[in-house]
Amino acid sequence: MTETGYRQIIRDGLWNNNQALVALLGLCPLLAVTNTAINGLGLGLATTLVLVASNTTVSLIRNLVRPEVRLPVFVLVIASFVTATELSMNAWFHGLYNILGIFIPLIVTNCAIIGRAEAFASKNTPVRSLVDGLSIGIGFTGVLLVLGGIREMVGSGTLFAHADLMFGEAARGITLSVGEDFKGLLIAILPPGAFLGLGLLIALKNVIDERTRHLRAARTISPGHEPEAATHA
Amino acid sequence: MEFPAVSSPHSALPNRVSSVMLRVILALIPGALAMTWYFGWGVVINMALATVVAVASEALLLRLRGRPVTATLSDLSAVVTALLFALAVPPLLPWWLTVLGIGFAIVVAKQLYGGLGYNPFNPAMAGYVLLLISYPVEMTAWIPPIILNEHVLTLSETLRVIFTGTLPAGLTWDALSMATPLDAMRTNLDLGHLISEIRESPLWGDFGGRGWEWVGNWYFLGGIWLIYKRVISWHIPGAMLGALLLLAMIFHLLDPETHPFGLFHLFSGGAMLGAFFIATDPVSAATTPRGKLIYGASIGALVFIIRTWGGYPDAVAFAVLLMNMAAPTIDYYTQPRVFGETETRND
Repeated sequence: MTETGYRQIIRDGLWNNNQALVALLGLCPLLAVTNTAINGLGLGLATTLVLVASNTTVSLIRNLVRPEVRLPVFVLVIASFVTATELSMNAWFHGLYNILGIFIPLIVTNCAIIGRAEAFASKNTPVRSLVDGLSIGIGFTGVLLVLGGIREMVGSGTLFAHADLMFGEAARGITLSVGEDFKGLLIAILPPGAFLGLGLLIALKNVIDERTRHLRAARTISPGHEPEAATHA
Repeated sequence: MEFPAVSSPHSALPNRVSSVMLRVILALIPGALAMTWYFGWGVVINMALATVVAVASEALLLRLRGRPVTATLSDLSAVVTALLFALAVPPLLPWWLTVLGIGFAIVVAKQLYGGLGYNPFNPAMAGYVLLLISYPVEMTAWIPPIILNEHVLTLSETLRVIFTGTLPAGLTWDALSMATPLDAMRTNLDLGHLISEIRESPLWGDFGGRGWEWVGNWYFLGGIWLIYKRVISWHIPGAMLGALLLLAMIFHLLDPETHPFGLFHLFSGGAMLGAFFIATDPVSAATTPRGKLIYGASIGALVFIIRTWGGYPDAVAFAVLLMNMAAPTIDYYTQPRVFGETETRND
């Protein structure tokens, strides 16, 4: 485990051990805020920021903290970074901060973060923990963004609405709209839509994994078969 | 006295899924005819459209899942789902909503869970609730029954409304549509009117809304035939209607001017259709005799609670889905003791 290469860490974080699609951690904020793509992206980036900082810090102090008190210490570290993130968002992304509301402070309780601190950062070097935090965070953000985008398109017929809250006035133009008379499937924006959407995304990931496994198996088998086929031909 | 000798086996009819489903369809005929009589061609068009979409999507999903297509389709369960769904939605529902609702019912609520026998929720009600939550305006645009209707639409006009959304010249949705009895009762009560005032309107018949109560009667008849043929047992409909009636009567006695009398609840909205045809779905309902009583009574109680204090005028779909979730637990705690088994349980 400790000897896994960086390539493996990144691949695990983004895909194989994606916290939202495989570990199913951090579902509360994931399901609650993904009614638009921008909300998902905003919370995802905030979570990534906290994850990178907390992973690195936990890894730096991993030899100083006694195992008996490690969990409270991890929580304190995470809470400090969440508070800092919350204050910065309040200052610089005030509109987004108002929309995400309680879910920014609730990043503290995101089990993906304490999970990575306990399972990875407390056993690995700071650089590896940083890479792990970054890839896990980006994997999580990707799911939030895709799920938010799907729910937003199905539910209200737009994509990247309120982009100005995050990227400033210039980004107002990137909002896409399906059409004025589009009657959205309201349930997609409501909580049940989040569960349905996440379920379909997990199914999609499993299908993709299955396909690639078949392809890989076919590729390893085919060289053995080729000479045989050649003789028959 | 003579006893005719009958050799074993004694079972008269093979109790197959397809014969059960066929009988359910037969039992729906009187109610469906009454619906068509009172609410026009839209009911027939909805049933036809829903059946076509249900069978097509079931066939597609069975193919994708690598299951036998024709053998499974011939169990008729998709048709039953489609008919129940079509009888629950408003007669002039736009075609794409019917397609969306029944498609969701078959694809997500039934086949993605593993097909008939594995679905935890009643597919027809899942599709109905999806539409009710997402498109509340379209899903509450009911037309008045024929005896109150000044603008009876012809077949071609109905087709045009459903498939293109264009109303006949000179008509608006406001002139064409009318609140259901449950909706009207609720709105008037919210406005502070007394029941004796509300019931002076020509909308009301003896029990529920005029026209509506007769549809309920015919569903009741079909349901009694199903019980007589032992396709369903009396437990679920009896407990559901009993609980609904009892609660409604208690509250009516406490305050007759703000709570409509008991039979109004039975003969309004989806109560009759729900009690005999939807709550009795053999897959998603409780299965033990005692469990069926608890399950049915809970649905009846939930219907009354949501109708009286909830956010929607009717509640059969929500009540059935909520109790679908509870059905496995009810079954677990009401398992009949096997003969010879002792009191101790290993749990």
